[in-house]
Amino acid sequence: MTETPEDILLSSRRFRVEREADWRRLEDLLERVASRSARALTDEEMLELPRAYRATLSSLSVARATSLDQSMIDYLESLSTRAYYFIYGSRSTMSERITAFFKYGWPAAVRAIWRETLISAAITVAAAIVAFVLVMSDPDWFYSFMPEMFSDGRDPAASTEELRRTLYHEGDESGLSVFATFLFTHNARVALFAFALGFAFCLPTIFLLAYNGFILGAFVALFASRGLGYELGGWLLIHGATELFAIIIAGAAGLKIGWALANPGELTRLGAAAEATRKVSLAVIGVVVMLFIAGLLEGFGRQLITSDALRYLIAATTGGFWIAYFYMTGRREAP
Amino acid sequence: MTVEPAPAYTPAKQKLERSLVTPEGVDLRIRLADAGERAGAFCLDIAIIVAVLISVTVVSALTGISTGSAEFVGVIWLLAFFILRVFYFTIFEMGARAATPGKRMLGIRVAARNGGRLTGEAIFARNATREIEVFLPLGFLASQGMDNLDGLIILAGFLWSGIFAFFPLFNRDRLRPGDVIAGTWVVKAPKRKLQKDIADDGEKALSNFQFTQSEIDAYGVHELHVLEGVLRSRDTDTMKQVAAQIRKKIGRPPSDHEADDQFLDAYYTALRKKLETKLLYGVRRKDKFDKG
Repeated sequence: MTETPEDILLSSRRFRVEREADWRRLEDLLERVASRSARALTDEEMLELPRAYRATLSSLSVARATSLDQSMIDYLESLSTRAYYFIYGSRSTMSERITAFFKYGWPAAVRAIWRETLISAAITVAAAIVAFVLVMSDPDWFYSFMPEMFSDGRDPAASTEELRRTLYHEGDESGLSVFATFLFTHNARVALFAFALGFAFCLPTIFLLAYNGFILGAFVALFASRGLGYELGGWLLIHGATELFAIIIAGAAGLKIGWALANPGELTRLGAAAEATRKVSLAVIGVVVMLFIAGLLEGFGRQLITSDALRYLIAATTGGFWIAYFYMTGRREAP
Repeated sequence: MTVEPAPAYTPAKQKLERSLVTPEGVDLRIRLADAGERAGAFCLDIAIIVAVLISVTVVSALTGISTGSAEFVGVIWLLAFFILRVFYFTIFEMGARAATPGKRMLGIRVAARNGGRLTGEAIFARNATREIEVFLPLGFLASQGMDNLDGLIILAGFLWSGIFAFFPLFNRDRLRPGDVIAGTWVVKAPKRKLQKDIADDGEKALSNFQFTQSEIDAYGVHELHVLEGVLRSRDTDTMKQVAAQIRKKIGRPPSDHEADDQFLDAYYTALRKKLETKLLYGVRRKDKFDKG
């Protein structure tokens, strides 16, 4: 004998028997969407999903008010929550997100912190000039700016000939290993720290940017004092145009966060910092991409290209590209 | 009088319950993932990363031996590590499930705290800080530990990661610093199967039993839910004990021709019918002490 709803004694059971098909349908649709993507569903099914979601949600409110079947209520809660996150959550695919990032998100995020970028660049340049002047006046200053591990024999004690050789000959290392070590060394770390430490009211960020500038200035001064300034420029800028820009942007992002924390305006302090972090985070993803490209240029470009003119050409091209990309494209908002 | 929701969760669990009202006006009452689940998911993810790294190492070592370059192996390993460390969490959390494999295994996911859209920026922001919370102090320790063991530096490194590791325990929403910044939190999103209604059998069983009004009035909603749990587990010993206890409470003499499971099914159904009828009149009898 099959049961008809009229035979059922408990109204909560009758309710379940009548509504269960809707819930099963929603569960099935969600299952398929989660295992593949939204494209796994036909257009009709896509339209059916919100309907099944609302039916289930209404079942949940009825069940809470009238049923004491705990497992059914738990089931409806979990199903409604899953459907809610799908329906009101983000449904864009990975490739859509990546395209939007390169087309609009990244340049817009960098453009939004142009003021901080200028400040960040000014700090770096000012520190570089200070270090340059000091080392030019007394080469011993070099040792105060430069940790021994970075100079790698490129210090005032080295002969001009030795210095010149370091610019065109990287020793026996292969490009790949230079690239790999790059990812774990100094610059990537400075960039990430400059961003992350913005939290402490900008101060560590400013310090790191200045420190980076000092090293730069000391380096340039050392080579310039031996008449190798032009050659060093090519060696440094072939990847430096990208890398220094990346560090400056990371610093700018850190400054933005620190500034928001210090001057939260109408928001709470933490809320303002969180808001600022969300705004700059796309720029920082971009910094990672830039550092990656800089690593490739340092690892391979600098190994293969030893002509100064060509190095400058690449530096100018990459630098020009970044400026054009950040400040001239993606002005239209994401659709 | 309004109908209050069932106090189905113990206070410890209630502490992690948050209200999330959908635009349709229904409160979904989401539950936050507890610290154990968070830590467990993280350990699983790390285990997966390590497993991938080991297989990358083995594969590149095999090819490295054939090309005779140890450096090559090292470089591939470093690149794999870099890519996993930067992209593993972010890529998975940007997917439709908003969870890494570790989180998925434990039935938890990332969600926006305001209940809205979980954006890519938020996911990136919450994972970028992982760099400062976990990887940098560890990397720092590894590089320092090898050449000069400066006790103070190691201590500082441990303190640093320790503070971040226990950070979620010191705020009520179990937020990581990354969650604070990104405006996210981690919630339970278990997949529950729709289980059989106990009353399916109960209604049949009930036709063989007669309960008086006072016999049914002995318990409230809390006891009904406990009984539901017992009936779902179908553990003979427990059912025997519970049946004996209920009989004692309602003053029904034990009898030989009355099977325990039949009795419990029938009593459950009768009790639920009674309590649900009261619900319709706006009265929710919380437990056996509630005389309302």
